[in-house]
Amino acid sequence: MGGPSGDPAIVLRGVTKSFGSLHVLRGVDLDVHRSENVVVLGKSGTGKSVLTKTIVGLLKPDEGTIHVLGQDVTTLRPREMDALRVRIGYSFQHSALYDSMTIAENVAFPLIMNEPKTPRGEVADRVDAALESVGLLNAKPQMPAELSGGQQKRVGIARALILEPEVMLYDEPTAGLDPLTCGEINDLIVQVRESHQTSAIVITHDLASAKHVGDRVAMLIEGQMIGGGTFDELFALDHPQVRSFYAYNFTDQDPT
Amino acid sequence: MIAPGVDRFAVAVYDRALFVARFFLELVRPPWHVRAVIDQCIEVGIRSLPLVSLTGFVIGIVFTKQSRPSLEAFGASSWLPSLITIAIVRALAPLVTALICSGRVGSQIGAELGSMRVTEQIDAMEVSAINPFKYLVFTRTLATTLMVPALTMYCGLIAMAGSFLNITTNEKTSLSAFLWDGFSTISFLDVWSSLAKAIVFGFTIGIISSFQGYHTKGGTQGVGRAANQAVVLSMFAIFIEEALIVQIIGALRAM
Repeated sequence: MGGPSGDPAIVLRGVTKSFGSLHVLRGVDLDVHRSENVVVLGKSGTGKSVLTKTIVGLLKPDEGTIHVLGQDVTTLRPREMDALRVRIGYSFQHSALYDSMTIAENVAFPLIMNEPKTPRGEVADRVDAALESVGLLNAKPQMPAELSGGQQKRVGIARALILEPEVMLYDEPTAGLDPLTCGEINDLIVQVRESHQTSAIVITHDLASAKHVGDRVAMLIEGQMIGGGTFDELFALDHPQVRSFYAYNFTDQDPT
Repeated sequence: MIAPGVDRFAVAVYDRALFVARFFLELVRPPWHVRAVIDQCIEVGIRSLPLVSLTGFVIGIVFTKQSRPSLEAFGASSWLPSLITIAIVRALAPLVTALICSGRVGSQIGAELGSMRVTEQIDAMEVSAINPFKYLVFTRTLATTLMVPALTMYCGLIAMAGSFLNITTNEKTSLSAFLWDGFSTISFLDVWSSLAKAIVFGFTIGIISSFQGYHTKGGTQGVGRAANQAVVLSMFAIFIEEALIVQIIGALRAM
């Protein structure tokens, strides 16, 4: 554990996925080493969410292999898949909090369901710890609808952290949030890696976020990965789509 | 591949059969989420009581009142208690309860699971290694399967009370005479077949509404459609089952 050494946390090789005649992923290769944050950039509708959903087994790829923590997701049986999912945290684009439960119940739910024999005191302590780490301890009795979008996002991350995952997948963590809240979420993602030693894929179209949280940055263009080095290396590439992506975010600034 | 339409139909039938089979598979495999099942039973059973009470009582009174002239024409108004009891136990109680529940509970299950699907709450369960079918579909379907028969018995009793109220004010029949007349005409087969029907109806409401909600597509409109389809398809299935079960019971009676 720790550092980019050791076997990688996530390895994708030649992953393809089509919906009818729409070819979303056309041979995606991606490596995520232990304790590093890899950012995947891309404009809306390029299949970034499809990518994370195939990694966690919500969607099946048409071809290719996906290894997560050494196990091939495409060949796992349901029970083995569940054992692996406990080690993966997933932060949804729209948070996907259970809207009939309080914040405390939301965060406790994965723990109670997966480890039903956990004593109540320990459940309460771990819920407190998870909410503390996202700075929302006082929101415990509230309902999801009473929270702002940024707070919901943070509860979603706390819920993903309760099972102490080794891998985190963030789907558009800053989408639809104001710049200040985006900054807080970015800090949180960096802090989660520090405190939990997680390996993460961060899906986003927000360049500021990518620069802040990403150890390495890749871009999903027409179903394939471009780049995969540092932020600056990616935008030094002479690729029209990469350049226009940059130009829109930092107007009239020449990429380094 | 035979033809696109036929293929689609075959796939649809297969999907639904699989959904039903999965319920029975989960029925024999722990955990059963007893707490969640009890919560759903309260939701389905207790929350339906006011509506079932009112409907049962009114049906008892109205059905008695409307049947009286035809029996009086033969000077047979003393047959009212037995006629009403047979009608209520054999047909009205299970059917009325099932229709009320498909409206009240079916739409709720359809809308609830539908909005959980479109807001990715069902996906969130799945990635937390929680079996959403077991936690959502199984618990709700088991609750309706248990509660619709219970509500049917309750509805029958309330309808009998309504009927007695009408008969005792008109014919001055005593409660004991009313009960004696009523219950001496029905057999165990009547009661059991009625309960069996209610169990089938309850299962139908739960599984169809869950299926519609669980497979919701496309935002708010999809949730509305799921709730609507849950009610329409449940009612449709209940009428078909009613027609089939009556044939089977008729055959049993003739044996």
